[in-house]
Amino acid sequence: MSADQTVTIPSLEGVAEQPGSAKPDPMLTADGIVRRFGGLTAVDVDHLEIQRGIITALIGPNGAGKTTFFNLMTGFDTPDEGTWAFDGTAMGSLPAHKVARNGMVRTFQLTKALSRLTVIENMKLGAAGQVGENLFRGLVKPLWGKQEREIEERADALLERFKLAHMREEFAGTLSGGQRKLLEMARALMTDPSLIMLDEPMAGVNPALTQSLLGHVKSLRDEGRTVVFVEHDMDVVRDISDWVVVMAEGSIIAEGPHEAIGANKTVIDAYLGTSHDAPLDFGDTEGADA
Amino acid sequence: MDWGFILSETVNKFFGFQAAYFAIAAIGLNIHFGYTGLLNFGHAGFMAIGAYGMAISLNEGLPLIAAVPIGLLAATAFALILGVPTLRLRADYLAIVTIAASEIARILFRATEIGPFEARNYTGGSTGINGFSGPFKDLNPFDGPVDLWFVNFSAQDAWIVLVGWTIVLLSVLFVHLAMRSPWGRVLKAVREDEDAARALGKNAYSVKMQSLVLGGLFGALGGMVFVLGQSSVQPTPQDLGAPKTFFIWVAMILGGTGKLWGPVIGSMIFSALLQFTDLTLRGAQEEGWIPEWLMDGVQVGQTRFILLGLGLMLLMAFRPQGIFGDKRELALDVR
Repeated sequence: MSADQTVTIPSLEGVAEQPGSAKPDPMLTADGIVRRFGGLTAVDVDHLEIQRGIITALIGPNGAGKTTFFNLMTGFDTPDEGTWAFDGTAMGSLPAHKVARNGMVRTFQLTKALSRLTVIENMKLGAAGQVGENLFRGLVKPLWGKQEREIEERADALLERFKLAHMREEFAGTLSGGQRKLLEMARALMTDPSLIMLDEPMAGVNPALTQSLLGHVKSLRDEGRTVVFVEHDMDVVRDISDWVVVMAEGSIIAEGPHEAIGANKTVIDAYLGTSHDAPLDFGDTEGADA
Repeated sequence: MDWGFILSETVNKFFGFQAAYFAIAAIGLNIHFGYTGLLNFGHAGFMAIGAYGMAISLNEGLPLIAAVPIGLLAATAFALILGVPTLRLRADYLAIVTIAASEIARILFRATEIGPFEARNYTGGSTGINGFSGPFKDLNPFDGPVDLWFVNFSAQDAWIVLVGWTIVLLSVLFVHLAMRSPWGRVLKAVREDEDAARALGKNAYSVKMQSLVLGGLFGALGGMVFVLGQSSVQPTPQDLGAPKTFFIWVAMILGGTGKLWGPVIGSMIFSALLQFTDLTLRGAQEEGWIPEWLMDGVQVGQTRFILLGLGLMLLMAFRPQGIFGDKRELALDVR
């Protein structure tokens, strides 16, 4: 995890530790996002700002609406109400592929390796603005051959960094669960995103690989990218997040650095029920790994 | 039983225009299903639209150079009509719509009148169109039978065989160029997982539409070679209905889906096998090897399809990836 350039990580000192607090330099701003499935209101977010250049963790009990919120922000689902802006651009009615082209790229909770494409083809697919993705230009290799070589070099460098170089020519379907997580993250990086949204990047990954994945996520921030990730493992959250947003029953109930969140009464109630009165310890215990 | 005759006829069908038009249509279906994962169960509809578009134009006195593009344009329109409402939905909706639309197309071609419109004046109704292929035959450079050492064709057949296989080879070249390009990569990505492709900024809807139109164009070309070869276009299920769609699928799967030469080799083998089983059964019957109570002459035609179906089942059991397929790919869990 070597950063290409050193970037100063923005400080969130002085930001109010309350739901919907204003950030010094928000990358993503959401207002009044509501998504209903029949009678169930899955997401009801009044206001949320995601600070640029840091790692924000989105946590919450199962069914809190985290993944639905991800889907709404990235154009995979449409909210019933609400507006949101990414880097100053309104994202209201954009389809998923245009959201991605704008620089907000997501991964999926259940990894989506393109099984019958090789690892390197998976990677090359990620690159944006490919001349050869037009059918007619695609027929004439001289038009895209040079760009393809550049893409391949970039892909190989990323495969090296994510320790997948030895699987280069294998079908992605033959990768292990953890390798698929790595591939999906690396592939997302091929689009050169400014905001990368990781949906449970550590789920189902063995502890040794978790450490290396954590390093990769940190390296994204160190390159100056903004990271939002959904996670259940509190150790992971404590380890890498600069800011934590807690969702429960569709709404944002708390925000703050992880130290503050661990002692937050509302959060403890949301995870463990209202009768629990000991502070939630992020450090040594299993915590609320619900 | 004359084995020499059966063998030479089988080899003839292996290289005949029947194999060629099957191959062109199967190449189109391979673009749909093999490369993009589109479930098109109405490929005969594309063939019918192309065939009728060309035949009607020729019948109305237009030259071949105008009639073929008209057929292709009609097939493009058909693809757009099918694609616009269904390609945003789940994959199975396209399957349902293509089955229905191809039958609707065929039944419309068979109709004597559609409302106040006397359709039969153009389509010939249930008798179809005959004798439109004059302009094509006029271009025939062969003035006698062609006898290569392994195949022989009449002058008329040789011309359509030459044209058919030229189109096959050009089509294979086209698919090769298209599928090695980044465009082909997006197509295959959509086949594997549409959402993943969209998450990476690829317009899955647009790419699926392009694939539907492109594959449909090859279907239409296949239909044209078919009706030019038999000098007649008939709105029967056997010629341009659901059974034809099914046979194209068989030919494609036989060769190996998603493989460059799969649909071509599959079509050649399918066409030859059909002829071989037919002649063998007929020969065996004439020799008295098959008793009359078991099978009569009419039933031979149907029995060969039963045998082919059995063969397909064995293929699926022992070589499910087809002739060119890669067993490793099949072993991967695809969703």
